Amino acid sequence: MSHPSMRLSRRSALLGLTTAFTLGRASLALANAATEQRFVVVILRGALDGMAAVVPYGDSALTELRGSLLLPEPGRDGGLLDLGGFYGLHPAMPAMHQMYTQGQMLPVHAVAGPYRVRSHFEAQDYLEYGSNHALTSGWLNRAATLLPATRGGTETALAVGTSIPLLLRGQAPVGSWLPKTNGRPEPELYSRMLAIHQKDPITGPAVANGLKERGFTEATLSTPEAGNRYAFPALCASAGKLLAAADGPRLAALEIGGWDTHAAQKNRIGGTLKQLDDGMASLKAGLGDAWPKTVVMIMTEFGRTVRVNGTGGTDHGTGAAAFVLGGKIAGGKVLANWPGLATHNLFENRDLQPTLDLRSLAKGLLASQFNLDARAQSTVFPDSAHASAVPGLLRV
Amino acid sequence: MDMNTAHALIRFGLGRRGSEDLPADPKAWLARQLDGPDPYLSLPGPSTADGLTALQEDRRDPNKEPGKRRERVRELFQGEVATLANHVLTTPDGFRERLVWFWYNHFTVSLRRGECTGALPGYFREAIRPHVTGRFQDMLLAVMTHPAMIMYLDNQQSFGPDSLVGQRQKKGINENLARECLELHTVTPAAGYTQADVTSFAKILSGWSIEINKIPAGFMFRRFAHEPGPKTMMGQVFTEGEEGGRMALSFLAEHPATYHNLATKLVRHFVADVPPPAAVAHIASVLHTTKGDLKAASLALIALPEAWQPLTKLRQPQDYVISVLRALDLPADKRPPNLPGIISGLGQQPFAAPLPNGWPDTAADWDGPEAILRRIDWAYGMTGRAANMDPDALAGATLGPLLGETTKHEMHRAGSRRDALALLVASPEFNRR
Repeated sequence: MSHPSMRLSRRSALLGLTTAFTLGRASLALANAATEQRFVVVILRGALDGMAAVVPYGDSALTELRGSLLLPEPGRDGGLLDLGGFYGLHPAMPAMHQMYTQGQMLPVHAVAGPYRVRSHFEAQDYLEYGSNHALTSGWLNRAATLLPATRGGTETALAVGTSIPLLLRGQAPVGSWLPKTNGRPEPELYSRMLAIHQKDPITGPAVANGLKERGFTEATLSTPEAGNRYAFPALCASAGKLLAAADGPRLAALEIGGWDTHAAQKNRIGGTLKQLDDGMASLKAGLGDAWPKTVVMIMTEFGRTVRVNGTGGTDHGTGAAAFVLGGKIAGGKVLANWPGLATHNLFENRDLQPTLDLRSLAKGLLASQFNLDARAQSTVFPDSAHASAVPGLLRV
Repeated sequence: MDMNTAHALIRFGLGRRGSEDLPADPKAWLARQLDGPDPYLSLPGPSTADGLTALQEDRRDPNKEPGKRRERVRELFQGEVATLANHVLTTPDGFRERLVWFWYNHFTVSLRRGECTGALPGYFREAIRPHVTGRFQDMLLAVMTHPAMIMYLDNQQSFGPDSLVGQRQKKGINENLARECLELHTVTPAAGYTQADVTSFAKILSGWSIEINKIPAGFMFRRFAHEPGPKTMMGQVFTEGEEGGRMALSFLAEHPATYHNLATKLVRHFVADVPPPAAVAHIASVLHTTKGDLKAASLALIALPEAWQPLTKLRQPQDYVISVLRALDLPADKRPPNLPGIISGLGQQPFAAPLPNGWPDTAADWDGPEAILRRIDWAYGMTGRAANMDPDALAGATLGPLLGETTKHEMHRAGSRRDALALLVASPEFNRR
């Protein structure tokens, strides 16, 4: 490929993008296609607790399973934002809730890929391969190869951030660019660093005192750091502007970490959800007139256990939540075949039972957005014949 | 990887590079690195004379405006730094390279004296590297006659008060080089020398100077700056002239106190912050019986049973950064471009130790809270360039049996591959050597 870094630095200068890259665990990758339709995938790395983001407060088993993590029901002080009477959205997500009320946001629940592993790394790989085994490319890249190429050809794809996510790797060219600064870890990673150094006679006291000197306390280590609070929204705003440009890219992969809430979930998750919510508001604003031509799919590698663990958090699970956003999305309802939380309904007696294949959701979105037929869909998601595209995701 | 292999790579080397071949016999592998000349010397680069000529050209440039004036020294030095950076990240001979940096630190010439910059590549290439597996006496002589050291410790400004120049220009000796040679490079104050010995040694070395205007530029003994007559130092009489200085350096090089000093520093560097006395005594005796054979001393280090005990030392920032980058083994276009800048950011600006005694060599000198947190932050940033690597595989390849259960546990619980990689390279295990 020719010089994507040159292209990006010119563009990033125009958009003030360079300031956005003092990032923690947020990154952006972009690819071009000769189409007016935009497609954005947001990966929530670390496994979002779907039952904390889209709370099934109407399920009678919930209180016993989740008592200590639950927020008040909709309408009460600090309560959930109502999603039609059975589900409620976490109150840290007002912008996405507004999109919901405008019929432009569709929460999806009890969804999972074809894999049943609970390792973050494997699950993230499979999520991005779009398969339950390793492939040579990510599904968004395979989708890119099926779209008409731009005249610019190979020079028009870019990635921002420190490496190209698997999701967008493959034959379709994607450039990469390394930002000068990489940001600092989020509090959650610092607290893990503290854990591994704690007993070391040399580095243990240094790490503990260093974090203290930087103003971290045990309380702040369990809430998201201010330093990263603006990074993801800023990146989303830039992504929106890039995608909106007449000669801009058409596919984007965004990622944001910080979801692995094994402990103190109630304190931690609100801040990260707010970053996501701010990010989606910024993306929409950046897209401007292109918002009706845009589909955004937010997904995570797996859900989390339905029961609270011993440290006020949740562990790696199975059924998860996802979100679909966009000006033409047939939203304003929740897409779910709710499996129920009674013990006999759980997957392996611990997780939310998945009732929808994530690939069906992605296929349905790609089909409506790019007119990909069944054959093209099976190129994007091989061996997925039984996971047919969800119809009617876009308003016509 | 077994424990001895891990120790050979980490305690004695620069860390494993990616998945480079592992030695079948770690001790033999270390020993073999000491055979033959330093492979670095086959890489093209500037000589001392090149550096001094560049310095003179820069000085003579009438244009003093930044950005417009000649910067031959800077260009020459940065070229050498690029060669060095690539070498430390890719060499299979980590032990030899560690010895090079050990001896450079022992004979520190710091860029805090800016005029030494041009001659520094030649200092490594001509004074340090050729003698790392040779005799200490030869290294000492090469260092003390090297323009970089002479400029660093002001000896070109040292004039015998009774020399021709001293008499005419009313100039005297500058003790700096003589004092540091006694105190740091050779016998140390433990030898019991007096101020009179320092003054006398300074007179012995008066006239050891540089010639920068001729080609090739380099060391020059200036007879008219040299104090006439024989001199007595530490009870020994040394004749007038350059030869007297050479004899004095031989005397100092072979002094038992020097061997003890070198042995202590070697054992502290490669074994433990508090050097086990028996190990020091053994290395000193090897130096004594071999008359300062540094290859023999290095081989004796490998043979110390204490050198195969659990790792207790903290990697210094330079060592740490190099070992992380070797482990990640990024393709050339993904490597961070400014290696010295990174190491400086972690508190150890390369080639720029604050004082002639070089960088300190114990954990307590490097384990400040902010210093360790900066390593963590940097490690986190750097693993962003390698976020698709398999953390377990990398842990196995670089730390092998040294990886502890707690780190492994937290790596497995980490929310992303990048976090797991950051935990690995920022772990206490990775900070050890």
